[in-house]
Amino acid sequence: MKLKLLVLLFVLPLSACNVLRGTGDLGVVIERATGSVQIIDSTKRVALSKVNGLGDLSHASIVYSRDERFAYVFGRDGGLTKVDILKSEIAKRIIQSGNSIGGAISQDGKLVSVSNYTPGGVNVFNAETLKLVESIPATYGKDNKQSKVVGLVDAPRQRFVFSLYDAGEIWMADFTSGKADITKFKNIGKNPYDGLITPDGRYYIAGLFGEDGLALLDLWHPEKGVKRILADYGRGSKKMPVYKMPHLEGWAMTEDYAFFPAVGRDEVLIMDRRSWKQVKKIAVHGQPVFVMARPDGRQVWVNYAYPKNDTVEVIDTESLTIIKTLKPGKAVLHMEFTPRGEQVWVSARDAGKVTVYDTATFEPLTTLPMQKPSGIFFTNRAHRIGL
Amino acid sequence: MKINIYLFIVTLIYFSQVNAQQEKPSPQNPSTQRQAELHNLLIQDCGSCHGMTMKGGLGPALTPDVLKSKPRKMIEVTIANGRAGTPMPPWNKILTSEEITWMVDTLYAGVKQQ
Repeated sequence: MKLKLLVLLFVLPLSACNVLRGTGDLGVVIERATGSVQIIDSTKRVALSKVNGLGDLSHASIVYSRDERFAYVFGRDGGLTKVDILKSEIAKRIIQSGNSIGGAISQDGKLVSVSNYTPGGVNVFNAETLKLVESIPATYGKDNKQSKVVGLVDAPRQRFVFSLYDAGEIWMADFTSGKADITKFKNIGKNPYDGLITPDGRYYIAGLFGEDGLALLDLWHPEKGVKRILADYGRGSKKMPVYKMPHLEGWAMTEDYAFFPAVGRDEVLIMDRRSWKQVKKIAVHGQPVFVMARPDGRQVWVNYAYPKNDTVEVIDTESLTIIKTLKPGKAVLHMEFTPRGEQVWVSARDAGKVTVYDTATFEPLTTLPMQKPSGIFFTNRAHRIGL
Repeated sequence: MKINIYLFIVTLIYFSQVNAQQEKPSPQNPSTQRQAELHNLLIQDCGSCHGMTMKGGLGPALTPDVLKSKPRKMIEVTIANGRAGTPMPPWNKILTSEEITWMVDTLYAGVKQQ
């Protein structure tokens, strides 16, 4: 009986392309050093297959087509790869710039955009064909220099919003007409290093490296311009060193609070979502990188920067205390919850594995060997604004 | 002129560092195992900003081609003390000066991919 089950487990993934199936419980794990991805199944908790040939995947990220069949993988080397996760093969691949950092997909799923460091700007592609629709150079200043672009997200009404690291600007590109109609917000602060959009698609927030505070743009009222919130947020007067830039994309939002990583300090900060004021801070193990809420908002999971990156802590959002400390292995890079939050998948890059935890008991359910795993992305991201 | 003053200050900082470190017993070159860890740190962690192939990202490219026009000491000081006004943090609380020297040697020679 056991043997039969084992045989079945081996045969199932191989025959996946012959059997009808959905993709709602699938995901993709980036193997950053080998330029490969593994396709995972969160129901069976297995890796189904591997796709090679995706280039330099340091700091790679993924968005999904709205049918949850294709993963668009954004590589560091400017590669944009469309992976068919059902067939487990590359559907299309282009090199669209010299050096890129992330991407987004439009509300209607027809446009995929990529933010680039070199040359600085955003390229927008037809999601179906990966043909260039428009190239937006991030030029600024009198000499028309090009800025590195960070924090690119999609926003409702065919908009992409992004930040210009060198220029200190936020741009909103509206593709309603099929061509980019660009609104520029200048002097938003020094060196925006990442951005996020709230899950309702209303507020775009950029983190600033060059000064304290955050830049907030209300996309319901862009005419009101960018305002500064959390004036004390940042490295403060002592300018603490930051060993890994905190990621804002995963900003944890519960009903009342937003949980977010302090910059350069061993703290998770808590802000009132209505007043945009900081109400509390929690001392944690190290400099936080990702602060992620379980989908029901009851827990917040936090990982840390080098050299304290072997640890994950769990904060209870009711008592605002740390209720669990886990050691998933060396160099924990990312955590991804299943859509309803019963599991969390945690990658440990230097330990070469992904561990799946039960979020109610904190017990590891299984461990999957991977080569230098980093980002983990489940297909339910296809239907979430900003992801 | 500005550059000269900058270099002068950088050199001063560097030598004050070296003097401070000479007081301590000088450890040997990193062990083979430590070299493997440092190599991993270089590719994976430095690579988060400078690219795993050192061709640059948020931080500048650190390929031998780019580095050959830059004074070696400036690179060592930058790793040790970080660079104000940029995200580059100081590593002198995490790495020894010998380890930083090993890092710089490796960068000038070209980082071999694992």
